[in-house]
Amino acid sequence: MIHLLRRFAFYLLAAWVSLSLNFLIPRLAPGDPASALQLRFQGRLEPEALQAMKRAFGYVDAPLPEQYLSYLGGLCRGDLGISVSYFPARVTEVIADGLFWTLFLSGVSVLISFTLGSLLGAVLAFRRGSVADALLPPLLTFLGAFPYFWLAMLLLYVFGFSLDWLPVRHAYSDELEPGVSAAFVASALSHAFLPSLSIVLTSVGAWVLSMRNNLMATLSEDYVLLAVAKGLSPAKVLFRYAARSAILPSVTGFGMALGFVLSGSLLTEIVFSYPGQGFLLYQAVKNQDYALMQGLFLFITLAVLLANWLVDVAHVLLDPRLRR
Amino acid sequence: MMLLRGIWDSRQARLGLALLALFAAVAALGPFLTRDPAAFLADPLLPPSAEFWLGTTRQGQDAFAQLIVGTRSSLGIGLLVGVLVMSIGSLVGLTAAYFGGLVDDVLSLIVGVFLILPGLPLAVLLAAFLEAGPLTIAAVLVLTGWAWNARVVRAQALALRRRDYVLAAIALGEHPLRIMLLEMLPNMTSIVFSSFIAATMHAIGAQVGLEFLGLGDVSQVTWGTNLFWAVTNQDILTESWWTILPTGLAIALFGFALAQVNYGVDEVTSPRLKVDRAYTALVGQRTGLRRLLTPVVLARSDADRERTSA
Repeated sequence: MIHLLRRFAFYLLAAWVSLSLNFLIPRLAPGDPASALQLRFQGRLEPEALQAMKRAFGYVDAPLPEQYLSYLGGLCRGDLGISVSYFPARVTEVIADGLFWTLFLSGVSVLISFTLGSLLGAVLAFRRGSVADALLPPLLTFLGAFPYFWLAMLLLYVFGFSLDWLPVRHAYSDELEPGVSAAFVASALSHAFLPSLSIVLTSVGAWVLSMRNNLMATLSEDYVLLAVAKGLSPAKVLFRYAARSAILPSVTGFGMALGFVLSGSLLTEIVFSYPGQGFLLYQAVKNQDYALMQGLFLFITLAVLLANWLVDVAHVLLDPRLRR
Repeated sequence: MMLLRGIWDSRQARLGLALLALFAAVAALGPFLTRDPAAFLADPLLPPSAEFWLGTTRQGQDAFAQLIVGTRSSLGIGLLVGVLVMSIGSLVGLTAAYFGGLVDDVLSLIVGVFLILPGLPLAVLLAAFLEAGPLTIAAVLVLTGWAWNARVVRAQALALRRRDYVLAAIALGEHPLRIMLLEMLPNMTSIVFSSFIAATMHAIGAQVGLEFLGLGDVSQVTWGTNLFWAVTNQDILTESWWTILPTGLAIALFGFALAQVNYGVDEVTSPRLKVDRAYTALVGQRTGLRRLLTPVVLARSDADRERTSA
């Protein structure tokens, strides 16, 4: 319990750092962010609304600490300003719209990649020196060296355009109403297939290698030898004895990799015009929509922190040593 | 020297080094031998031909020249970021491990926070507010990338800190900076080198990603801006694969080469990997749970003789 509370305090600190970075970065930049904001919304927004937005970003005529307080107040009210590229929608609404699709695409892809990679890694460690063990690691390293979005472009090109097997953009067919119907789910799955495949292909190698190397070390431990000597079946020794402790470093790495995989999947979304956070980020950069960029930064960071805490909880469940 | 010889011993690392040498040659000499990558030379989107080896872009530029010139600028930024990240990470890691106590606590906390913040959104924010250009990108990548190296170096330095020769140097009243840089650092070259490789790989990938988003200076020719223009011009729709395929392959090949060299470094630092391979080569047996022997590490010369005779 103490362990989880300490981790939670750490994530709170990290959250505060990201809030403060979000406040500081615009002020470190050359130029005046307040008047840039004014210029952008002049004539499009009621004067009161513009004032409210400037207050939410802390662009008030006061010393820095007061600006900071004004900014924190805006955050507490959940006010992240108004998006230029999706005018007149609020940034929070825009982000909420894309949230489901990002969670769906990255969540499913990361889980598939982690499970598949760890299983494959376990098999390779078990069959060390086999042909598969000689060929797969360098091949997966090569795949992992591609930028996520480039492999996405390649898959899009081959399976989307040249062969025309799968849909090439958006999260579901334009002719369908979102809802829980068989046609809609099928359409969503077929639209997610290529983006998900590109994320899995580029990220699976890291899990394979991590599991393979850890398990190879674990297999030479005495307690594994004892399990073999007891006459347990190889599958039982592998999964119940060795793999359970060999997967711990991968679980620790999972939280860290999450941010990285998420970054990659954001770029993948852009290639497939997939309507999640990555596509919003692209729109924000293209239209110099600073409010949306800042909102996305805060939002994605907080999501990663939360996911990391969940990984910590999973770690405690897997490792009895942490449960004291 | 030991490290270099150890790396050279690994077949993978030799392949990696050969590829890296090829990239270095292309980056150093290539731009003098190609056409001007920015000039409008021919009809748009010509497929590869004898005259234009990789065809032309939507703007009628030579795609091959863009690939070669892009190699120089992208590798330049990657190496610069790699060196900076390695230096900052090593310094922070060494400082934390050397002084320990409160200094270590504070530094480790900062490192932990920077590790957990997702790199791309932070980099996007920084790159969007600062002036676009290769040096901005480099600064952004250093800021979002240094923490991992600091953590790795700190872990290794903590072990060294307790060694007798370090304690002796402290007792002699040597300056902390001298002890860190001249006593401890030389004994962790392999970990520093491997973190340099990882940092460079990460820098190339992240740089391409940022430029792909349009956050670089799009008038420059780099791997990332080449792909940015390919997407902006919707080259996939016109099925002009030659503007997309070569750049990605170059990026992956470079990353692959670095990973292979890193594998060699790994073998130097963890002999178990080496023993395993030597054992498999000697016995030629598939190894599963049936082989649970304690590996015996032979002296290098013996191991070499064994391997060649087998």
